[in-house]
Parts: sequence; structure tokens; C-alpha cells
Amino acid sequence: MAKRVRSMQDFDFRGTALSADEFSKGKVITTTGEPHAEYAWDCGPAISRYLEELRNGRLIARWCKRCNRTMLPPRMFCELCWCPTTEWRFVRDTGIVNTFSLCNITWDMKPLKTPQIPAVIEIDGASAGMGIMHLIGGCDPRKVRIGMKVKAVWKPAAEREGAITDILHFTPA
Amino acid sequence: MPRRVAIIGVGATVPRPVTPELSYRELIHEAAVRAYEEAGVEPREIGTFMPCTEDFYEGISISDEYSNDQLGAVLKPVHTIGGDGIHGIATAYMQIATGLFDTAVVEAHSKASNVLTPHHIMNYAMDPVLNRPLGENPLYVAGLEMSRFMHESGATSEECAWVVVKNRRNALSNPNGAFGAKVTVHDVLSGPAAFCPLGALEMAPPSDAAFVVVLAAEDRLPARAASPVWIRGVGWSNDSPTLETRSWARALYAEAAAQRAYRMAGIRNPARDIDCFEIDDTFSYKELQHLEALGICDRGEAGKRTARGETEIDGATPVNASGGSLGCGHMLDATGLFRTVECVRQLRGEAGQVQVKDAKTALAFGWRGVPTTSGACVVLGA
Ligand SMILES: [Zn+2]
Repeated sequence: MAKRVRSMQDFDFRGTALSADEFSKGKVITTTGEPHAEYAWDCGPAISRYLEELRNGRLIARWCKRCNRTMLPPRMFCELCWCPTTEWRFVRDTGIVNTFSLCNITWDMKPLKTPQIPAVIEIDGASAGMGIMHLIGGCDPRKVRIGMKVKAVWKPAAEREGAITDILHFTPA
Repeated sequence: MPRRVAIIGVGATVPRPVTPELSYRELIHEAAVRAYEEAGVEPREIGTFMPCTEDFYEGISISDEYSNDQLGAVLKPVHTIGGDGIHGIATAYMQIATGLFDTAVVEAHSKASNVLTPHHIMNYAMDPVLNRPLGENPLYVAGLEMSRFMHESGATSEECAWVVVKNRRNALSNPNGAFGAKVTVHDVLSGPAAFCPLGALEMAPPSDAAFVVVLAAEDRLPARAASPVWIRGVGWSNDSPTLETRSWARALYAEAAAQRAYRMAGIRNPARDIDCFEIDDTFSYKELQHLEALGICDRGEAGKRTARGETEIDGATPVNASGGSLGCGHMLDATGLFRTVECVRQLRGEAGQVQVKDAKTALAFGWRGVPTTSGACVVLGA
């Protein structure tokens, strides 16, 4: 049996749309508020060291002995076997694209001339499926592929501040 | 008859004003390791998990999504509670008593030190149209409540100050008591003004901590589990949120929550049937107001009995032997779980210098703070 497709005739649209004018003239009563929510998150030993090494221009992971997993981002305990991780291990700043998207629209739904390319990069030296959530740059968006080899493009050393943005983006290797 | 449910393991970090060396993940992990060790379980053996978390306190939307790794709850059933830790205990109780699961974990934590604008966050709990535009600081709600409570109950400023003196002194003997101190009624009353009649020294300062509690069904207690502490009754309730019309003198939410818990536990006379009480003392007067609401003291009597020393550790009705929030700090929505854990230690006889003699039955009561009328109660038995 064919699946019934809903058509516009199935709906009876009643009511009148509100215009911006009606809001600005106060015909629709609303109230506004500005948030003032500020936080300073303690990063803890794993993420603090990760950020510190980003400032040094390198990536560091933690190793779980029981699972033999080199975990990036680093963490003090393994979420799978639930043991403490035991060792710091430097990994490379190269990897392959696990998945990516072309982000064409800003947060308030304005079109972007050049899409932003968020991607998950599996980092060389980390265990399979582990790596960095970052951006791809210096590359034609139409050329990005899953499995593509990429490398980190770092900020100049003097400008790094111990943040995920100390890497500007990943670019084809 | 529903299955009997026991607390078989508790884990906690020591409450402190700041914890810069650990993220909330590592803080929770530390508490979880201790709790699972006591319970004699591995996380993979646990049926269901109840993190209690509030997004605005974390600065993360849908913050419960970040609970799993540190609890060992990856790909396990997780049921988040946007409430006090005792709401979490009640939910865990239900999920086990109904037979859905055999074991459950409740987690709650506070990283209050990471919230830089706490009074603004609190203001977000106020009605945005009618109340928010008015106030300088939403903690004035406590002042409003204290005024009316004192007016109707006859409690005096001195009697309120006695709560601070007692709880901070108790905290001196508790390793968990970050704010233990010897203060006098005069010290409290001559301290800075805050939200009159509430003084600055009558307000619990914030603490960071994490708590994890493991529960199990009577017929499925792990062989290596710590000696069980039984959930005998749970109850929770909320009054109307409306500031314009709510009950200001009496904590009706606490009365309703306690009645439910008492009915379930078969408690007729709480002052006689319960040996120790860990109840909300976010502000000095709150302990007195809650003592009356929970039926532990007659109305108008809580202040007098406190001033006479009847709520001391060796008194007839020991209240907040741990030091409570005034002595150990206020831990956001982890506060109720802190009180529950202190009750468990009392019932196991592990409370050290703050041990209440022959404690067989204990009550923990949590309130969610200004401006809520949200309370939850658990009656525990050895
Ligand atoms: Zn592992």
C-alpha cells in the first residue's frame, strides 16, 4: 500500500501572523532580560596538561594500560574499563578526517559566503576513533573527503595561550 | 509489598570552598570509586544511574550528558534528576522497588566555586516578568521568609544565632567540616548585616564536593557490600512558587514531604522514633523552621529547644551533628546527598567524634534553596 503523503490541503491554517511592527509598537506584550552568567571551569590535571601542551605546540594523550588505548583528549580515568590512566604520551599533530560537515549558516541563520568546515580528526598515534574536534582550513570545501590526511596549522608560538584555538585549523597534508 | 531497598555504599570528597586541582569529572570519579568500593560492585554491574544536575550551576546545557564517563555509565540506563540529591534517592528507590533494576547509583556534586555570578544565576529562578525587575539580590527572599517566620513563631534573633553556634562547633569535630569554628551568639549577631533580619554569618557559605550513593534491592545485595542502611520512607513536595501568595512563615513543602515519608516508614512521633536529623540549614532560621515543619518540634518551640541545647549531639533530638551547611558549606543540589551520606555514617556508627549514641533511625531533609519551595525527605534505618 502506498504511503499517504500529507499535502497542504490537509491543514486548515487559521490565525494571523504577527509582524515585527506589532512587537515594536508594543501591541504584543513581552518582557526582556539579559543573562549575566559567568563561570571559570577548573580544568583538572588531564585537560590542564592538554592545554599547556597546546601552548607548546604539541598534542598529549593519556594511556589506559588495561584497554591499551591512547586517549585524546586525555583523561585521568578510562570511561570504558573505568581504571585510572597511567601514562602521558605525546602523539603527532597529523591525522585523518573521520567525519566533517560544511557549515553554511551562522547561529542566527545568516548564510556564510565560505562555509566553515568542522571535522573530527583521528590523530596519528592516538587509538582508532580518537582525536580532535576542530576545523579544516586552507582547502576548497568541495575537496574535503572522509579519510583525507590532514595536519595541524598552529598559531605562532608567541600568540598561543593554552587553548584549543592555539591550532588555527587542520589542512590537507 | 514492594522490595526493600538499601544503601550499600557511599562515596564523597571532603567539602572545601575551592577545588582548583580537579575538574568536576575527576571530583565525581573520586567519589564514585569510593562508593563502588564500599558497595563491592563494578560499574558494569550497576543497573541504573541518577545524576542530579542543574544546567545553570554547571554552565552547560543538558549537563547530564557529561555525567556518564566519570560514573562508569557509558551505554547504561541514565535517568537525570533536575533536583536535590534526595530527589535522586527517591527515584533510585522507585526504580529498584518496582523491580525495574536491582542496583542504582545516585550522584550529585557542587562546583559552586566555578560559578562567578551565583546571585545572578539564582535570580534566574525568579519570575522574569513580575519579580526579576525589582530586586538587587534575590537572597532578599530569605530575609522575607525569616521576618515572617520570626513574627509568627516567636523565634528570636538569639535563638537563630544558636543554630550557627551549634552547627559550626559540630563541624569542628567533623573531618568534613570546612567551616568549623567556635563562635558565640554575640559574634553572630554583631556580624555584618545581609538581608535583615538575616545576618551574613547566618548564611551557609558555598562548598565544592561530590557524592555518590549505591543502592540495591534486599534480595540482590552484593556479597562484598557494606552493611546495609535501609530506605524506610521517602517523600517530596513543592509549595506554590509565587512569592506574592506562598506560605512565608511555615515551610509547608517540608510538612507535606515529611508526612509522606513518615507514613511510608510508619513514624508516628518523629522526635521519639528518629534518633538523628540532618536537615536543611542553608540559613540559621531554616533549621528552626524545618524542625517545626518536620514535626520534630511543636510550632514556636524550635528556637527555645535549640537555645536549651536539646538539638546538640548529646541532646534529646540531635540536629545536624555533622555541622550541616553552616558548618560544612552549601553544596548546591548535592546538599541533600551530603546530608544523606552523613546519616548513613551515623547509622553505621562511623561518624567519629560527631557520632550520635545508639543511632538506629535517621532523617535527611533537603531544600533546594532560594527562591524554591522544593523539599525532599528520606528516613533511613540501620
Ligand atoms: Zn580502559
